[in-house]
Amino acid sequence: MAIRKLFIANRGEIAVRIIRAAKSLGIETVQAHSEADAGMLAVQLADGAVCVGPAQASKSYLNIAAVVAAAKDAGCDAVHPGYGFLAENAEFARAVEAAGMVFVGPTAETIDRMGDKVAAKIAAKAAGVPTVPGSDGRIEAAEAVAIAEGIGYPVMIKAAAGGGGRGIRIATSAEELARLAPQARAEAEAAFGDGGLYLEKVILNPRHIEVQILGDGTGAAVHCYERECSLQRRRQKVWEEAPAFGLPEATRKALCDSAVALAQAVNYRGAGTIEYLYDGAADRFYFIEMNTRIQVEHPVTEMVTGLDLVALMLRIAGGEPLPLTQEQITCTGHAIEVRLNAEDPFLQFLPFPGKVTALTIPVGEGVRFDHFLYEGYQIPPFYDSLLGKLIVWAEDRAAAIDLMADTLTGIEIGGLKTTIPLHLALAADAGVRAGDFHTQWLEPWLAAGNLTAPTAA
Amino acid sequence: MTDILSPLPGTFYHKPSPDAAPFKAAGEAVAAEDTIGLIEVMKTFIEVKAEAAGTFAGYVAADATPVSAGETLAKLD
Repeated sequence: MAIRKLFIANRGEIAVRIIRAAKSLGIETVQAHSEADAGMLAVQLADGAVCVGPAQASKSYLNIAAVVAAAKDAGCDAVHPGYGFLAENAEFARAVEAAGMVFVGPTAETIDRMGDKVAAKIAAKAAGVPTVPGSDGRIEAAEAVAIAEGIGYPVMIKAAAGGGGRGIRIATSAEELARLAPQARAEAEAAFGDGGLYLEKVILNPRHIEVQILGDGTGAAVHCYERECSLQRRRQKVWEEAPAFGLPEATRKALCDSAVALAQAVNYRGAGTIEYLYDGAADRFYFIEMNTRIQVEHPVTEMVTGLDLVALMLRIAGGEPLPLTQEQITCTGHAIEVRLNAEDPFLQFLPFPGKVTALTIPVGEGVRFDHFLYEGYQIPPFYDSLLGKLIVWAEDRAAAIDLMADTLTGIEIGGLKTTIPLHLALAADAGVRAGDFHTQWLEPWLAAGNLTAPTAA
Repeated sequence: MTDILSPLPGTFYHKPSPDAAPFKAAGEAVAAEDTIGLIEVMKTFIEVKAEAAGTFAGYVAADATPVSAGETLAKLD
């Protein structure tokens, strides 16, 4: 049954984006907001708005009971979670469905399965998707050297029970591994009460390439080509492109087909992204994880395919079968998105939550600006620093970079420090223009002083 | 009596992590540059440091609450 009234359980620019897609489909909208967000643009644009709690996200946007009750009380029949907050929370998806509403995204079971790194890797392997070579599950320290022979150096050793970066060591030779494995074991034992280890091949200087997929929950799925997102700072993407440049056509096809195979294998419903590491020297790609949500960088895919991914999510959630065949999805030209954050790029990217005193929004052919700003808006300090995203499209990559640089110089966001100077410096950099970068490129580039404050004239 | 003011708007925390003890307790000696709390601003944690030495008189702003720039967070004797 088509969605009639949609609850938007998010904030910022993605809330504005979801409202726009809902309006294009004639769906009524109700915007959730915290006490600190009553003045945000999405509240003004939605047909209705409900306060779900205090400023702290844990008491508002992350409060499952409050969000579900607000959506239900407002008479909504569906909830869009956006990205971040509760978007990949299976408990939330379950609570929305239990309250008799549609969760705009995959099933709670899919979120659970693909959100678990080990289960997701097993699903990927089963679907024939290449994964980073590693030990088959947990191993003991004494087995490490023998197993690493089959994987190839360098290898990463981590605690089988651990998460995050804790206890990760890299060994470049058997001698080094023999020395590090007992240390890793002791640390894993101390931190997690389990000395089990896990070995994985280290892919040196990989690129981050991801594939956008859409599925309708019946096993039907398509891809919308790939994105290149290697320019990252502290694991946060800052600049994204579509398509990925420099991929051999056969590799690109194999990559996109593998993403479809995985989406079909898990009966994926909605929009999702399958992330890969790409080893350019070896021309090999490896599955890393799946994101079961719409992503920040989805507009670059929309620019090269002409699709409205958020509207497609809403149609699929409303029960429509996948409305597109793979043949109908084409990729034309080149798109780039840069994230404009309220941060001072000349002061270690210190957050800068100020008031927007003046605003000049870029317009023009091939230019899109997804944001939630207006003159007089006070950026609250409680949430992330993303102010908006500038997206440009041109016939080819060089022209897109030129258009990006031109457009950035025409944006004015008065009263705030933003990351615009970073993007201008990147657009002018020979390495970026040549596409000669990888996920470990940006931080050393910054550390080497490539971004310097303009000196007073 | 010296006031320690918030350098930025955000959420003020007395403790380095939810399960840890507060950075300072009343009566404790504070050296200049000692961290007395954290401000979470746009998902980044920034240390709040004492500008001068003294004796900690107590927190003024409650733990895990929103504060404005320039608001008094704690006092030193």
